[in-house]
Amino acid sequence: MIKKILALTLAILMIIPMFAACGKEDTASVYYLNFKPEQDAQWKALAATYTQKTGIPVTVVTAAEGTYEQTLTSEMDKKEAPTLFQVNGPVGLANWKDYCYDFSGSKVLGELTSNDFTLVEGNKVYGIAYVVETYGIIYNKTLLAKYFASNFATIKSIDKLNNFAALKTVAEEIQANKTALGVDGAFTSAGMDSSSDWRFQTHLANMPIYYEYQAKGIGSTDAIEGKYLDNYRAIWDLYINNATCNPTVLASKTGTDAETEFKTEKAVFYQNGTWAYGSVKKDDSGIGLEDSEFGMLPIYIGADGEENQGLCTGSENFWCVNSKASEADIQATLDFLYWVVTSEEGTSSLANDMGFVVPFKSAKAASNPLVTIANEYIAEGKTSVSWNFSSIPSEKWKKGLGTALTQYAAGTGTWDSVGSAFVDGWKTEYAAANQ
Amino acid sequence: MNKRQLKFYFPIFVLPTFAAFCIGFIYPFLHGVYLSFCKFKTTSDATWVGIQNYIDAFQDPSFLHAFAFTAVFTVVSVVLINVLAFTVAHVLTGGIKGANAFRTVFFMPNLIGGVILGYIWQLIFNGILQNWSTNIKLNSTFGFWGLIILLCWQQIGYMMIIYISGLNSIPESLYEAAKVDGATKWQTLRKVTLPMMMPSITICTFLSLTNSFKLFDQNLALTAGEPGLQVGGETIYQTEMLALNIYNTFYQNANTRGVGQAKAVVFFLLVAVIGLAQLYFTRKREVQQ
Repeated sequence: MIKKILALTLAILMIIPMFAACGKEDTASVYYLNFKPEQDAQWKALAATYTQKTGIPVTVVTAAEGTYEQTLTSEMDKKEAPTLFQVNGPVGLANWKDYCYDFSGSKVLGELTSNDFTLVEGNKVYGIAYVVETYGIIYNKTLLAKYFASNFATIKSIDKLNNFAALKTVAEEIQANKTALGVDGAFTSAGMDSSSDWRFQTHLANMPIYYEYQAKGIGSTDAIEGKYLDNYRAIWDLYINNATCNPTVLASKTGTDAETEFKTEKAVFYQNGTWAYGSVKKDDSGIGLEDSEFGMLPIYIGADGEENQGLCTGSENFWCVNSKASEADIQATLDFLYWVVTSEEGTSSLANDMGFVVPFKSAKAASNPLVTIANEYIAEGKTSVSWNFSSIPSEKWKKGLGTALTQYAAGTGTWDSVGSAFVDGWKTEYAAANQ
Repeated sequence: MNKRQLKFYFPIFVLPTFAAFCIGFIYPFLHGVYLSFCKFKTTSDATWVGIQNYIDAFQDPSFLHAFAFTAVFTVVSVVLINVLAFTVAHVLTGGIKGANAFRTVFFMPNLIGGVILGYIWQLIFNGILQNWSTNIKLNSTFGFWGLIILLCWQQIGYMMIIYISGLNSIPESLYEAAKVDGATKWQTLRKVTLPMMMPSITICTFLSLTNSFKLFDQNLALTAGEPGLQVGGETIYQTEMLALNIYNTFYQNANTRGVGQAKAVVFFLLVAVIGLAQLYFTRKREVQQ
């Protein structure tokens, strides 16, 4: 008899979990699917603060690097779908428009400093940019000063370093005298592992795209011509031939490799953006750069008039609220966003913990020296390069360009295939995404 | 437990597993087949488009390339895995010292997950290839043999266990009879061992065949399909196998989800047909003891 009861109890116990999920109470909650792994901990802390103050549960989940689209797709299918998610610009919006709530008339929209920071279609506001970022060639001021002071330097001051020819001279002279300067190379390794290749197949590729758009006066295209491909090749050659490693091993170099090389002062130049500050600044063990050692150069590719070119500034992080969430959840999410961009806790977390420059009225100044540098360029009247990679037709285009660049660097592929990935690939992918 | 009791408890014990099977397998499978005829962004929100996805799938050169690559890969790996596993099993049942320790060691790779294995082997291969300034992601021949070595290393131990149990179940009397009849070692292997081993061979070839065909995590972690070759605006990934191709298609953009799903249905049919055909042909050669 005891056996019988035991068996029955066990059987029932096995069934219980199937129904347990159904009895949950329905209160408003916020679920944020975060895009930036660097700021995962800070978002979670901020969410906890909000929950403590208001009692509204806020869940923050961060997708692993490079898998946001996959994670978003599967999360959106769930009953408890994200109420707050991100798209990277017009191309991302095209995928998710049906799920985007119209921000018009919301309090958080009113907090934006400019309407430039919205994703608009027709008269509907589908997305709000929440962080403005800048990238370029970050350099180590101490090491570069050492070069300027050396007898082999042709270029003697930073003012003269304002075009591609000068950058090439500096990089090649540093490379030739790397032992004298105590470095392994002029540039950090241009790693083509997936943790690092976006720096070149997206951010660097923005340069030829930007100049072509400028020349034609457009902001997107169904077929790119590749007018500035030769410039793209020139800068890529410069990166791979004057680096801490041989170009043939780039295929397996990671983002962390480049970060470490720059942080341990084994390279002078490091192409990356404001978000990289936290990972290369002086840490508790005394390794890294002092705030005063940071400098940033525009990415010169040899285009006409580039002496006046600034850094690349833009955003590919837009908040979208899930329009298919319940009324209460949407309201809770909007309230949460408003609190984040206006409250003391929110604004200081954005500025200090996350190091973001945010386009909201009550934003605090970020304590990030790279941001200060970016602002100086704008104050000097340099023309910022916009982020045109949000018009790149698909992730597949970037991946195809990446593999072609890797093979070109290793010597197993030609520049022609890079060109083909750039031009023909664009056409194919644009057609596939817009059929 | 008597028969009556068994009858009474049968549904209770089967229900959780059966429910899990329906929720985790039957429903997604049927839903997946339905989605292969649809255009969709999330699976709960689809519009019917008919067979267009199947047409697109077969017009995709990367799918055909992945199919050819997978087919060659499967042939090579099935032969290698089974020959090597059988050899190891034969040696280990021959009464050598420490056979149990060897069995454990050979079986161990099977306990490690595919993604981890892929990354570990990537480090090993790249460590070696570095001496020649190259990388597994730069050369499709390296990628192919890298995958073969990885899969062999992982699966030989598992197949070995099946072969060992098969070898142990052959009655000693058959060998004695063969010895009395004056059969050589080779003749004994071909005329006694192999026919008696057919059930094990059936199951091992089936497992290695379907495993090779469905290979995904190892492929993703070791080469991720690299290197890619530019063919008229399309990047064809040289070491991309079918499962990875389907995955990449699914996430290419919002228009290709259905195409990926259609490829998955085609893939299922392929694996089912090839697996069943193989079962049929090897079963025919099995003998009754």
